[in-house]
Amino acid sequence: MDKKVESIVQALQEKFGATLEEFRGEAHVFVRPEQIVDVLTLLRDTYKFELLSALTASDYWPQDAPRFHVIYQLSSLVENITMQIRVPVPAGGDQKPKVPTATGVYDLANWREREVADMFGIEFEGHPDPRRILMPVDWEGHPLRKDYPLGYEEPQFTFNFEDIDVRKPYAKE
Amino acid sequence: MGVEQKLGDMGIVTTKLEELVNWSRTNAMWPMLFGLACCAIEMMAAQASHFDMSRFGMELMRASPRQSDLMIVAGRVTRKMAPVLRLLYDQMPEPKWVIAMGDCASCGGVFNNYAVVQGVDEVVPVDVYVAGCPPRPEALIHGVVTLYEKVKGEKFKDLAKA
Repeated sequence: MDKKVESIVQALQEKFGATLEEFRGEAHVFVRPEQIVDVLTLLRDTYKFELLSALTASDYWPQDAPRFHVIYQLSSLVENITMQIRVPVPAGGDQKPKVPTATGVYDLANWREREVADMFGIEFEGHPDPRRILMPVDWEGHPLRKDYPLGYEEPQFTFNFEDIDVRKPYAKE
Repeated sequence: MGVEQKLGDMGIVTTKLEELVNWSRTNAMWPMLFGLACCAIEMMAAQASHFDMSRFGMELMRASPRQSDLMIVAGRVTRKMAPVLRLLYDQMPEPKWVIAMGDCASCGGVFNNYAVVQGVDEVVPVDVYVAGCPPRPEALIHGVVTLYEKVKGEKFKDLAKA
């Protein structure tokens, strides 16, 4: 791990009680959802992470606590370092996944949070424009969740052409 | 050849109105631009000088559905795009035809998932399917010529029925 990153991780551990996981020399820092705005503000203002390169999520279904990780990939162009902040989000039963919005810290987070909300159904509390961004407005469900059906249709070949043709919808003039 | 050679000096050609109308339709067909994916690149190539689709009377790709009578659906149609496709089809004046270009437009192709319509014939009535991923410009031109054969066989009484 980079020396500069190491000192930043140490600061985060002392200040927020963050935990560190290292993967192939890359730092993954885990923080709690309610801390994320403070963590990002600190990293941006003090440690010169001026760019939020990516904001995405990962679904660990059928695991419940945490079911999702919301992932913030930060870059510092000045220091030439990158860093990943992960927020574990519990979900399951009636509990809805919720994370405070980062739009106040990085403007870039706006559309990326909309994408994560659209694809994973994670609510970003306080988001200024919480509409769907990719799927049609009347879409049901969140396609990138692991428990979302693929919508697989049986391919039509010569041997089963007739069977499928009967139930296939055809458009009219 | 036929009667037109013998009557050529008189400046008269005899034919059936039906055949004349169908012939004129085939040789002045204006396709609407509906490039959605990589098939659109092949569609552009079919238009360009190397393959030159204007040999078959398709001089112009129109950007407006009001001016076109053939819709070439080139590429995969997502479920979000499907209402737009249908709207543009409805805006085209009669008579109108549709070519589903490529595997994705014909049957979903490799995109067998929640986001892509499994065959554009679920949304608009298709006349000719062109196979290929993507089809070469020759294949598209063959599809267009196949459509011409279909148009030449159209009867007025069938149109009146519809």
